[in-house]
Amino acid sequence: MSEPAVRVRSALGSWDAIVLIAVVAVAVVGALTIDGVASPRFWRFVTLEAIPIALIALPMTLVVITGEIDLSVASVLGLTCTVMGQLWVWGVSSLPLIIALCLLLGAVLGAVNGLFVTGFGLPSLAVTIGTLALYRGLAYVVLGDRAVADYPAEWTNSAIAPIPGTTIPWMILVVAVLAVAFGVLLHATPIGRGLYAMGNNAEAARFAGISVVRTKFWLFAATGAMSALAGVFWTLRFASARADNGSGLELAVVAAVLLGGVSIFGGRGGLLGVIAAVALLGVLRNALQLAYVPANTLTIITGSLLIASVVGPNVVGMLRERLRRRRPATPTPSAST
Amino acid sequence: MRARVRLLAMTTIAALAFTTAACAEDTSGTGTGSGPSAAASGGGIKSGLKVAFLPKQVNNPYFTTSDNGGKAAVEEFKGVYSETGPSEASPSAQVSYINTLSQQGTDVIVVSANDQNAICGALNEARQAGAKVVTFDSDTDPSCRDLFINQATSEGIAKVQVKLISEAIGPDGGEIAILSATANATNQNAWIEMMKTELAKPEYAKLKLVDTVYGDDDDQKSFQEAQGLMAKHPDLKGIISPTTVGVAAAGRYLSGSEYKGKVQLTGLGTPNQMRAYVKDGTVKSFALWNPADLGYLAAYAGGALASNLITGKEGDKFTAGKLGEFTVGAGATVLLGEPFVFNADNIDELNF
Repeated sequence: MSEPAVRVRSALGSWDAIVLIAVVAVAVVGALTIDGVASPRFWRFVTLEAIPIALIALPMTLVVITGEIDLSVASVLGLTCTVMGQLWVWGVSSLPLIIALCLLLGAVLGAVNGLFVTGFGLPSLAVTIGTLALYRGLAYVVLGDRAVADYPAEWTNSAIAPIPGTTIPWMILVVAVLAVAFGVLLHATPIGRGLYAMGNNAEAARFAGISVVRTKFWLFAATGAMSALAGVFWTLRFASARADNGSGLELAVVAAVLLGGVSIFGGRGGLLGVIAAVALLGVLRNALQLAYVPANTLTIITGSLLIASVVGPNVVGMLRERLRRRRPATPTPSAST
Repeated sequence: MRARVRLLAMTTIAALAFTTAACAEDTSGTGTGSGPSAAASGGGIKSGLKVAFLPKQVNNPYFTTSDNGGKAAVEEFKGVYSETGPSEASPSAQVSYINTLSQQGTDVIVVSANDQNAICGALNEARQAGAKVVTFDSDTDPSCRDLFINQATSEGIAKVQVKLISEAIGPDGGEIAILSATANATNQNAWIEMMKTELAKPEYAKLKLVDTVYGDDDDQKSFQEAQGLMAKHPDLKGIISPTTVGVAAAGRYLSGSEYKGKVQLTGLGTPNQMRAYVKDGTVKSFALWNPADLGYLAAYAGGALASNLITGKEGDKFTAGKLGEFTVGAGATVLLGEPFVFNADNIDELNF
């Protein structure tokens, strides 16, 4: 087999690479053709928008790889926001304390999902559709149609402050550190290998001595905590805690995870692709918006991308499979065409 | 094979580049013609101003009407009109559009806020970049906009509804009731209080408010409450429902009941919801503001700000085309005027 064919195959095999190339392509093409994409402000706005999605997409990637899903994340975010607002109204004036309580709340909400899924063996899709409604409902119980918006300016400014010398918000560093942590966990530890095993065959994973129940439980709790962190950021960024904060965000997160090449059936995908997908969706949306593309068209484009993300990796997988099968028969498969 | 992949990638990128370039070109054609310049048209407003309408959500008939009013105004003063916005009414989505508008160098942003605080930061950033911000329909915190165009005062809303029910019932007067939204809705309660003050005036001495019920802005509940009022007050002559949901539900009930034409109904409604009941005689007239005029005025106010004709301080005067002269009131607000009354003569002219 010729050397270029091998390279093509490994490149085709890597959906991550395709998404990464797409991000760069969109950014370069955008910068050349659309006024404003090349400006530092554009990247500041893209980053601010991507941060909450990225924060939730990190644990969601792991959850989907195990073959589960968590659709309640945006409601956890919303409920956290309202509780954060209520804590401030009640006179809790220490931001670290509020953040700690919110993260704890998020972990508990996630653990409730985990308990239903692992303890009662219910499908996570059904459970988290339920808690999607339940947690959002609780958010309305906490704040009703009120908004809490009188936070100190230092708090709200600190959330969106740029890294000195740039326009990029410093929170992206927090995201980066967490991304590395989740990446190492997924790709370089026995736990991570266990997650893939569960996604491929939970039964077999159990027999192989992997604690499916405990791992999944903690994964849901971690997803809750990360959604809560996104909620804290959301509240401070918009300086407004409302019960409808972030509603619909779960779809943006799931879209990024799937576009990132994670199989909805579990067992396949990686974190790099997901991070690239978060960036791709953010850059594409903002660039097209700058190019005066109307909201309705944007929705259609996002929808098409989602379909592409589900179909794309499968097509790539099929091509890969065909190349692999063809190898013994035709030693140098069409390297010249 | 490798070459084919590369070719595929290149054509994809080329196609992408082509479409985005096409989009960009599209807008520059109508967009950056010559830049703002002083011109005689539009009462001293500069021509070429980029005026963007950002409603709570696009695809909403109310905002389509108001934005088209704005479009007419922008065309009159030879500006460049655009409408943009999220397809769902969410503050965070609006923030993203405000950021885009400020990057595009928009001169005037006319916005109806989904959250009075959440979009503040983005609006202030846009103002630092040189944009003037006018809010309409729903205001933001006053610190993040230059002007708010108020559709109607609470007093005006209360007055017109009492007047309309009195006219509908006739000189003999009688018992009336109010069908409100929720019991703790701030604006509803303020209007009801003012209606009571209005009813205490001698010219309304023959009208007697006997009941206030709450339909919770729920169609079914409002319908049942309207029904309940008939049972409870056999001598009832009229209902005021200062909520679009309530007045439409009451209209539906009355038009299908024996009380049609005998019990009068008015309130705050939209022409599309009320058209059938006006035409079948259930409702003689009802009130609301005219969203097209609201958008029209907001566009002129923005144009006047961006042309430095006004700064937004109390007492500033500007001319808004066919609507005439307006004066900036306290708190940097401009009042559109008295509520607009809809009746059989004009209901077909408005679509929202």
